Amino acid sequence: MTEARPDDTAARLEIRDLDIRFATDAGDVHAVDGVSLEVAPGEILAVVGESGSGKSVTARSVLGLVPETAQASGTVLVSGTDVVSLSPSALRRLRGEDVSMIFQEPSSALNPVFPIWWQIGEGLRAHRPRITRKEIRAEAVRALESVGIPDASERIDRYPHEFSGGQKQRIMIAMALALGAELIVADEPTTALDVTVQAEILDLLREVRDRFGTSIIVITHNMGVVADLADTVAVMHHGRIVERAGARELFASPREEYTRTLLAAVPHLGRSSAWTALPPEAQQALTEAEPLVTARELVIEYPGRLGRAPFRAVQGVDFEIRAGEVYGLVGESGSGKTTIGRAVAGLERTTGGSLSVLGHEMHGMRERTFTPLRRRIGFVFQDPATSFNPHLTIEQCIAEPLVVHERELGAAEHTRRVRELLAAVELPGDYAQRYPHELSGGQRQRVSLARALVLGPELLIADEPTSALDVSVQATVLALFRELQQRLGFAALFISHDLAVVDSLAHRIGVLYRGELVEQGHGPDVLQRPQHEYTRRLIASLPVPDPVEQARRREARRR
Amino acid sequence: MTDPATTEVEGAPRRPRRRASGGLGRYILIRFLLIIPTVLILMTVVFFLMRITGDPITAALGGRLTPAELAARRAEAGYDRPLIIQYLDYLGGVLRGDFGTTYTDRTPVTEILATYGAATFELVAYSVVVALVLGVPLGMIAARTRDRWPDAVLRIVAILGYATPVFFVGLLLKLVFSVGLGWLPVAGRLSTGGEITMSRILNPSPFYLLDALRLGDMTLLGDVVTHALLPAVALGILTGGIFLRLVRTNMIGTLEMQYIESARSRGVPESRLTTRHALRPALIPIVTVMGMQIAMMLGGAVLTETTFEWNGLGYMLAEYMKARDYVAVQGIVMMLAVIVALSNFVVDVIAALIDPRVRY
Amino acid sequence: MTLSNPEPVGEGEPGGTDLAAESAAVAATARAPWYLRLPVVSHLRRSVGLQRGMLVAGVVIVAVLLLSAVAAPLIAPYGFAQTAADGTPFGTQQPPSAAHPLGTTVTGFDVLSRVIWGTRTAVAVMACAVVASLFLGVALGLLSGYVGGWLDRVLVMLADAIYAFPSLLLAIVMSIVISGGQSDAWGGILAAALSITVVFVPQYFRVIRAEVVRLKAEPFVEAAKVIGTGHRRVMGTHLLRNATRTLPLIFTLNASEAILTLAALGFLGFGIEPTSASEWGYDLNRAMADATSGIWWTGLFPGAAIALAVLGVTLVGESVNDLNDPRLRTRRRRRSERKVSA
Repeated sequence: MTEARPDDTAARLEIRDLDIRFATDAGDVHAVDGVSLEVAPGEILAVVGESGSGKSVTARSVLGLVPETAQASGTVLVSGTDVVSLSPSALRRLRGEDVSMIFQEPSSALNPVFPIWWQIGEGLRAHRPRITRKEIRAEAVRALESVGIPDASERIDRYPHEFSGGQKQRIMIAMALALGAELIVADEPTTALDVTVQAEILDLLREVRDRFGTSIIVITHNMGVVADLADTVAVMHHGRIVERAGARELFASPREEYTRTLLAAVPHLGRSSAWTALPPEAQQALTEAEPLVTARELVIEYPGRLGRAPFRAVQGVDFEIRAGEVYGLVGESGSGKTTIGRAVAGLERTTGGSLSVLGHEMHGMRERTFTPLRRRIGFVFQDPATSFNPHLTIEQCIAEPLVVHERELGAAEHTRRVRELLAAVELPGDYAQRYPHELSGGQRQRVSLARALVLGPELLIADEPTSALDVSVQATVLALFRELQQRLGFAALFISHDLAVVDSLAHRIGVLYRGELVEQGHGPDVLQRPQHEYTRRLIASLPVPDPVEQARRREARRR
Repeated sequence: MTDPATTEVEGAPRRPRRRASGGLGRYILIRFLLIIPTVLILMTVVFFLMRITGDPITAALGGRLTPAELAARRAEAGYDRPLIIQYLDYLGGVLRGDFGTTYTDRTPVTEILATYGAATFELVAYSVVVALVLGVPLGMIAARTRDRWPDAVLRIVAILGYATPVFFVGLLLKLVFSVGLGWLPVAGRLSTGGEITMSRILNPSPFYLLDALRLGDMTLLGDVVTHALLPAVALGILTGGIFLRLVRTNMIGTLEMQYIESARSRGVPESRLTTRHALRPALIPIVTVMGMQIAMMLGGAVLTETTFEWNGLGYMLAEYMKARDYVAVQGIVMMLAVIVALSNFVVDVIAALIDPRVRY
Repeated sequence: MTLSNPEPVGEGEPGGTDLAAESAAVAATARAPWYLRLPVVSHLRRSVGLQRGMLVAGVVIVAVLLLSAVAAPLIAPYGFAQTAADGTPFGTQQPPSAAHPLGTTVTGFDVLSRVIWGTRTAVAVMACAVVASLFLGVALGLLSGYVGGWLDRVLVMLADAIYAFPSLLLAIVMSIVISGGQSDAWGGILAAALSITVVFVPQYFRVIRAEVVRLKAEPFVEAAKVIGTGHRRVMGTHLLRNATRTLPLIFTLNASEAILTLAALGFLGFGIEPTSASEWGYDLNRAMADATSGIWWTGLFPGAAIALAVLGVTLVGESVNDLNDPRLRTRRRRRSERKVSA
């Protein structure tokens, strides 16, 4: 294929009028509707859009990886070769050598039962059938070294589960590089990673481009990633490209209405703090309010397997949540934030220290004595898809707390309350008779909020309530949460991995790192004057949705 | 490169990782210890079930003897003692390797195992080979041609394979190949001539195939193989159908994994994706379930042996059942339980060896 | 076995239950009339192509089986234990003829009548066994999975031990216990059914328990716990209704195993006396000797009846399983060429 390649200034990728339709249970879906794009050598193009915008399908079509139920038309020229009309064997030769792909979940993109070198070798063997085992191993070492994995010569014999998520993503990039692909399609390459790891992978991708002149297409929903990495941006919506522009230009002056709303919905670190938004007297009132939740030296352990030491998820945490206050708990995966939330709700047993919830000591608690207090606590779960019993209607779901705690009110009163709540979360009343599956993710999260609030609780625990939602939906759900909190005045424990989201909502923020609360305080104090090294790194790693500001932050982080 | 991936190692606390070899010994030990409760539970259940309704002597001879004679016989065998004492007595015997003595012909059950166990082992081994040869490749073909006609045909064949009782398959095979075409013998493990040749072997092993090979007698070898063919196929078809279905389901699941797509995106050919990339991950659950099939195959062996008068444990079990010798039945059943538990253990260890992620 | 297994790759729970698939199914059929929501009927409506063909074939065979069981006295030319009509004996081992379309057995029974009457025994055993093991297994699985702790551990160990044991041997032991090996029609049917029940309870138990344990960690069950919902309501409303989706599958698979076990017991001479009821396995047992002398009709037809009955039930079960498993389900696909050059 190399000799057929035209001069270096021609586009690496040229998509013309790509059109893809799917057959699904619900009928035909027009996933991609006349998309045209090109990517120059060494260009990083970000394709952004919300779920269902067709961005992933477009990206996969570059490698000819469309599902069997799809029908594609148009042209996709990779270095001058049309992928859409290519024979299977020619397509196979093109994959890896001319264009390679990086997936969202590095853990599932690597075969769990083969060592790393073998997996790298499979790509090499597919393109160079006569390659020897020794050559493969040498190439594998070189590939791992080029993506910054230490002790590469020893670690090529390891299996995927022996690497961290970020390292696995590095290995995926190494595999793409080993085959010399000049175009890399990265489908949400950092979505499954923590923000500090994300920053490293983004740096790596940038460096790959700088060193090898590789063109990269990044599929993402994260505007921070776009601002950090992309030269040019294509915004997709309903299978079409709405806007195509240089990154700086797009963020500075978006032309299209859709782009503007999308950008407006993205929370921007340090732009809106819930604490500073409060008038001084309200701030004063909050600091003097009665604490509803008090944790002292709180320890939570998970029992280890037979004969193994228990795993300490939370190690000696002190905090309190006052009446009417929103307390934001931030941390990366495995920091123990969810465990704390579950312990406050009585779903997890504490191992040491003390945790007092609404005046009830949770350490060594008995379900029976805690049950009466449950009506004063609400909980919103992360995943809107699994938060509801699929066999119950929305009305039955929201009425469940009423049935349990206020059975005597009667069915008519229950229905009335459900309608009230639906109105409060801005959903039409006739949704009451629907089933959870018939609602969108954002709508379900509203129902979840309604169910949590139906008894008028004093304390609400929200565990990553918006992390499964699209940005624009997240913005409306967060606005609703803010509005309800101000109106009803409940205290809340808001758990999230996203600093910007927490800042826009929480009066006080606690930063968790490996089970320890390394820092807590009011929003501006934590975010603008971080005391702990980890908080500083966390803030520095978070990409802000503004290319100019992000470039400056990146430089600052480098130094 | 920029900063080597050191910072992210501390990004999230992880369970201590171990190389598979470090934890494997421990896993094998724990898995081995788990055999004990399994076997104990079965022994207890079977013992008490068989004694709730009465003792073996009454069952075997009741009605033929006067009550006084019966009582005397019972006292002699110790069946008049409290049940719990008999139970402990029995357990003690089992611990010493004594599974009891048959009532009808006064043979220790362990001797039955020594005499007839090899025949059953041979039969099961042959049919495992048949099942693997049929099930695994055909299952892979079915998975690759999913929802197209080869898949359809293979699935129907698989279902027919395990929907048809093994003794009926045996009957059909006999009707066609033995009675109809006259190609293969009807029953037994050897012809009369073969038995005479075999009896001349010094220190014979219990495995006919090995002996025939050792002797290098082609006539004898042919005799052994022709006799084994139909029983092995009958039992193998049953298990092969199950393997086919199992391989198909797991291959389909594995072929949809992201790492297959990921390998495909690097240009790995489709055939290699099926035979290398997907096979091993798909094999891990398959091996485990195949281990479960050993139990089923032993049940099938009882029926196959009866059908073909194959002188193995199953055939003897059926014979003792006809003779209402429940001491023998209980003993053979218990011994088979131990064999099943041991083979499941071996299979689990094999599955763990294929899987590098074993966390023990 | 399951006590210590590492998680398998690529293999979900049997039946591949997925809450998303469940929700979709509920939402799709919730407003349909009740008879369209019945397990097999709703699956029939969702199926396409080959899967539909297999399901329809299975349903037809099962329907024939059930019909002939109900109408056996009407369809069968003679009684199952009849050896003579109008004072004339049928004769033994008569080849198929006009009077006896499928011939007569070594005892002089009419083969066709035995085959038809045999459906009664098979269906009766199937129904008794499946119903008994269903209730016991589901109740135990639900309780064990939800309560957890020691009760769970003991029950799991017990179920695993029995599950790993050759089911036929266990059925043999049970039939010795229950009937001493031989019995009349209902005694034999109950003995066979009970033996099969003991074998099946652990299977239901395992599946339901696994489902319950998985569901217990789902947010909607935790949501109920946060609310303070009582145990009975959690088990009844939230767990049971979502855990029973795999039941039609085990139900059918066990029904087919019940037929096979009954036949195997009969074949080994542990079944029902030929004069009490007709049972295919017993007939096959008697036919084995015939086969050697080339008499094929005495074994072929009862055997084919067993195979067909099991095939029908299995086809239904497998199709239902595939339709429940999002990975295995066939989707309507676009017939047109996949790659069209513009």
